[in-house]
Amino acid sequence: MLSIIPPELIRIVVGMVAVMAFVAINVLVLVYAERKGAGHIQRRPGPYEVGPHGILQPLADAGKLMGKQLLTPIGADPILYWLAPILSFLPVLLLFVPMPFGPVLTVQEVNLGLLLILAFAGINVLATLLAGWSSNNKFGLLGAARAVSQSVAYEIPLLLCVLCIAFQYGSLNLSTIVEAQGSWPWQWNFVCQPLAFLIFLVSSFAETNRAPFDLPEAESELTAGFHTEYSGMGFGLFFMAEYANMVVVSGVCAALFLGGWKGPGIDGVWWFLIKVYALLGLIIWVRWTYPRVRFDQLLNLNWKWLLPLATLNLLATVFLMKVF
Amino acid sequence: MSAIKKILQPVADLWSLVVGLQITGRNFTRSQVTVHYPRQEVDPEVNASYRGPIMLVAHPRNQAKPKCTACMICVTACPSSCITVVKAPVPTVTPEQEKAFQEAEARGEEVERPSAPREPVIWINDFSLCSLCGVCVEACPTHCIEFSHDLYSVGTSRSDFMHDLLVPFPEALRPATPEAPKAEEN
Repeated sequence: MLSIIPPELIRIVVGMVAVMAFVAINVLVLVYAERKGAGHIQRRPGPYEVGPHGILQPLADAGKLMGKQLLTPIGADPILYWLAPILSFLPVLLLFVPMPFGPVLTVQEVNLGLLLILAFAGINVLATLLAGWSSNNKFGLLGAARAVSQSVAYEIPLLLCVLCIAFQYGSLNLSTIVEAQGSWPWQWNFVCQPLAFLIFLVSSFAETNRAPFDLPEAESELTAGFHTEYSGMGFGLFFMAEYANMVVVSGVCAALFLGGWKGPGIDGVWWFLIKVYALLGLIIWVRWTYPRVRFDQLLNLNWKWLLPLATLNLLATVFLMKVF
Repeated sequence: MSAIKKILQPVADLWSLVVGLQITGRNFTRSQVTVHYPRQEVDPEVNASYRGPIMLVAHPRNQAKPKCTACMICVTACPSSCITVVKAPVPTVTPEQEKAFQEAEARGEEVERPSAPREPVIWINDFSLCSLCGVCVEACPTHCIEFSHDLYSVGTSRSDFMHDLLVPFPEALRPATPEAPKAEEN
């Protein structure tokens, strides 16, 4: 019986289930960490009443979101309107497929893993656009328009930075790139590619719609931006997708620039997780530190600074790779 | 500004991002200022600056009586018309006393008929109308109105906020026919 099922299929099914559990747990933990972090930065306790130190607050929130009525606004396109949150969350699971958690702990070795991640991460932009477009709401539409121009713009320096690393190792497989890096911090890629690392970090903030680049959902200007009209789990899926995308971006950053699962002492999945959560902590820290940029500032930063710098960095990498 | 400076200045300004992270990072590690209300209460020293519902000051010679002279200036001054003060009435004169007075007057003596005591018999502040502007506190010529520091004022109905300010004074005069404070006017 078992011989009929190809082992790769079993690996993928088991891997996807594990990824789903990982994403769900991460969303709960990150929501809690985000609110606690925000609270402590502002010298207040954050969620405190539900469970000891409010540890059950994310579960209560999840229960509330699931229990709420799903409303479709009058004049909205019902198919596109409900397709958008699903489309936003589904590719997230696919993004974890080539993620190198550990030496063998990868759902499926993909020789074009980076390409897979970058290609499917783009679907999130489409989902945001559909959400804003189909909800028949001016705030939603404005948020969607911002999201598209922002994501399209910031994808370019992000790709150029990834390309630097890909050129350096001649591979688009994340596991290969991790294995090529050493165990000590000075052997990791952020040392020889500091500019690419910084540009990647800034672009990934913008790609995941996180503060200070959270213009698509700027609450003071657009109520909630593209997900203004969504209630209950419709909003919940966008919310989960945002946090899952943060984990993906941190994972890719850790694999590309911070040595992935390699570290001083014993290599393993723990090093990967430590790096991912350190980056997630940084993302949360940054969110509660910087004010939101204006839209012209956002685009100026990209087109006048990040894009030329990333291009120069790529050219320099190519030149050095050719010469040495 | 030269072209080079135009490029280098923004790069140097990146340091401000680090400064921002330092500030939030420092606040993250500092102690919290939140008071978890039902389990903790605000430090009375901090609370001393809180301006809660108004209260009456006791008479300096008799702590059981209010200092208020029922001059009605606060009632006139209050922009929200939330203060109700009723002066103590002129004491009723019994027929025997009246007779004694008339006899004395007939003898040509100077009679001092009893006058109204300068005290209130009703002093109600409708806190549901009060905006804590403090005009009554400033207007009072005898300085007998003060802000209390009652931070945790709670009520379950609107009539709970008809504050009777004479309650803390056991020897305060009361209306002869005790009439309950009007719960609601409208």
